Amino acid sequence: MNPVRPVAVVSFAQSKQVRREDHRNEVEMLMPVVSDVFAQVGLTKDDMGFVCSGSSDYLVGAPFSFVMALDAVGVWPPMRESHVEMDGAWALYEAWTLLQEGEVDTALVYSFGRSSPTDLQRVLALQLDPYYMAPLWPDPVALAALQARALIDAGRADEKDFAAVAARSRRDALANPNAQVANDTPVEELLADEYVVAPLRRHTLPPVTDGVAAIVLAAGARATSLVDRPAWITGIDHRIETHALGARDLCESPSTRRAAQGAGLLGGSGAGGAVGSGSGGTGGGGVDVDVAELHAPYAHQEIILRDALGLGDSVRVNPSGGALGANALMVAGLIRIGEAATRIMDGSARRAVAHATSGPCLQQNLVCALAAEPGGGA
Amino acid sequence: MAERTAVVGVGQTKHAAKREDVSIAGLVREAARRALDDAGMDYSDIDAVVIGKAPDMFEGVMMPELYLAPALGAVGKPMIRVHTAGSVGGSTAIVAAHLVASGRHDKVLTVAFEKQSDSDAMWALSVPQPFSAPLLAGAGGYFAPIIRAYMRRSGAPDHIGILVAVKDRKHALKNPYAHLHLADISFDMVKDSIMLWEPVRYLETCPSSDGAAAMVLASERVADSSSSSRSPAWIHGMAMRSEPTMFAGRDQVSPKASKDCAADVYRQAGITEPRREIQVAEVYVPFSWYEPMWIESLGFAPEGEGWKLTDEGATSLDGGDIPWNASGGVLSSNPIGASGMLRFLEAAMQVRGQAGEHQVDGVRRSLGHAYGGGSQFFSMWVLGADKP
Repeated sequence: MNPVRPVAVVSFAQSKQVRREDHRNEVEMLMPVVSDVFAQVGLTKDDMGFVCSGSSDYLVGAPFSFVMALDAVGVWPPMRESHVEMDGAWALYEAWTLLQEGEVDTALVYSFGRSSPTDLQRVLALQLDPYYMAPLWPDPVALAALQARALIDAGRADEKDFAAVAARSRRDALANPNAQVANDTPVEELLADEYVVAPLRRHTLPPVTDGVAAIVLAAGARATSLVDRPAWITGIDHRIETHALGARDLCESPSTRRAAQGAGLLGGSGAGGAVGSGSGGTGGGGVDVDVAELHAPYAHQEIILRDALGLGDSVRVNPSGGALGANALMVAGLIRIGEAATRIMDGSARRAVAHATSGPCLQQNLVCALAAEPGGGA
Repeated sequence: MAERTAVVGVGQTKHAAKREDVSIAGLVREAARRALDDAGMDYSDIDAVVIGKAPDMFEGVMMPELYLAPALGAVGKPMIRVHTAGSVGGSTAIVAAHLVASGRHDKVLTVAFEKQSDSDAMWALSVPQPFSAPLLAGAGGYFAPIIRAYMRRSGAPDHIGILVAVKDRKHALKNPYAHLHLADISFDMVKDSIMLWEPVRYLETCPSSDGAAAMVLASERVADSSSSSRSPAWIHGMAMRSEPTMFAGRDQVSPKASKDCAADVYRQAGITEPRREIQVAEVYVPFSWYEPMWIESLGFAPEGEGWKLTDEGATSLDGGDIPWNASGGVLSSNPIGASGMLRFLEAAMQVRGQAGEHQVDGVRRSLGHAYGGGSQFFSMWVLGADKP
């Protein structure tokens, strides 16, 4: 396998994450964010070697919704461009892969997601097996509740633990001007909430969010010429699990652990991330980072992810407030990478891990390792 | 530097209006299994899976790759879902190829599909949107005015579109996987079919199909040691280009993104005269007139003269010097999300000499092409029998 070419996040921008964007469409939401992400590094779209985006037609309720969104960039003259029907974190993975080949040095990655016009409880049920599951309309909260119940039954956590995750996330979100849900509410008060679907109460659920985000990637010397302190991607990998919930241990996230190994964060793979698909397992040890941005839409999922990554108590988890502070679908994963990169770029962390998830009950997971030094700075 | 990358296995379904004998998973497995068998591999050999399809509303399943992960042996592996409109089948293959070219993986399975009979593509294309004029006419209504612009600009005679429709359906008779097998296809039959969108008649239009395509892409190391009985098809060049849907002065007949994409892929492959240096082209022609239009845009003939190649029979398997769509093309099988990958896959079959009755003799290099959106997304690759 090839050595990994150093590629870094050099700028990150996001919209204010809100419950409802009433007056702007996706293009209008994206334009100022794309302008911002370029302005931070003094570049324009003409400097980009590649453009890649992530979004879902089912949120917009229209086919080809990424097509009009492209007008936010203005790909003229024609550009090298692609799109994944996934969270923007996977668009970043595609761009990172292309940058490895060395033909281009820069890439714009963006994603958009507006959940407010839809009924997510019904729309997300359409992500399920169309023959055996979707016709029963199991909604995402009910499925997450099954997972939370399994965690309680396994003696791994209780409702107070879930509330503690929510309380900390909301409190941290107070320092994030783009967060949607931010307040300082004691755990005891949160536990007085009614159940939405037992054992999940309102505060353990992700907010319904409209938002967009964008990142500029640059390779090697190009990155260091643009910013003093690029957030180097020292490894990135992603894995998917089976769709059949009954065939999974919902208390574990083996795909997150395997992706972390692939990203060079745990034993079992060479540093830097070139990886085959063979070894998995749950070798000992945890991820040694200062900051973790975990895409845990439900409070209990943070506990599962922490365990999968073996994060110690010293790791600062979701200083942005995480997905409990704002969870624009198709965007929140990319934002985790942006937030983690920002901690590197602003000097508050030397090593960070960002995580993105997709599908019911953490079915698919991506792990991105970031560091102040291209080699990881360990 | 990019690693040499090759196609070492191909597989496709029998395409049909309704594949009611299989689920979506059954459909994609039919193609994937054939591609793996062709490569002499199994699901366990594969490092990563890249899947593509057109809008999710075409089946009514949001992000169906989540449900398809176990069916495609992707559990525990990386899985990526691509969507770039009609070009998606080609783009998906290119994304998969970059996973190998970047040195990331050795063996990647790429799959594209559409099961249009599970939903209604015309409905899905025409969902009313606030503050937007409804398209209502589907893709044919969108492209007909562009075709009329081409006819006026080039002075092409009216019968050219009919010739393409007849030729591609005759080619399809030699392809057992093709959806349409119109044994009695003739000039008059096409000419007398109902006019849908002037100048596009019913039989000058692609069908709606259920179908899937799959390929195994491999690194040089794997391709060199392959147990497959077939030689690899090496990627000599691959490229994607996009441009906006609408702006004043945009040339929609021969978009700049199309010309730029072709120029990039030819530069990589060292091609200066495509008609002479490429022996067969599989090009996305969903409406008959797009053959002469793309002939010009892709540099197989000077501007304004593409229709002459069609008129002279140059693009026919029956004696033409540069057969286009020997498989029958999109006009004969159109599982939308897979249609682009079928072009890329047929290009590989020709280089590997496995196209059976529609094999072109002596293919050393082939072109696979796909386009999508409002003629604004392009993906292309050039394959060769020799290592690049």
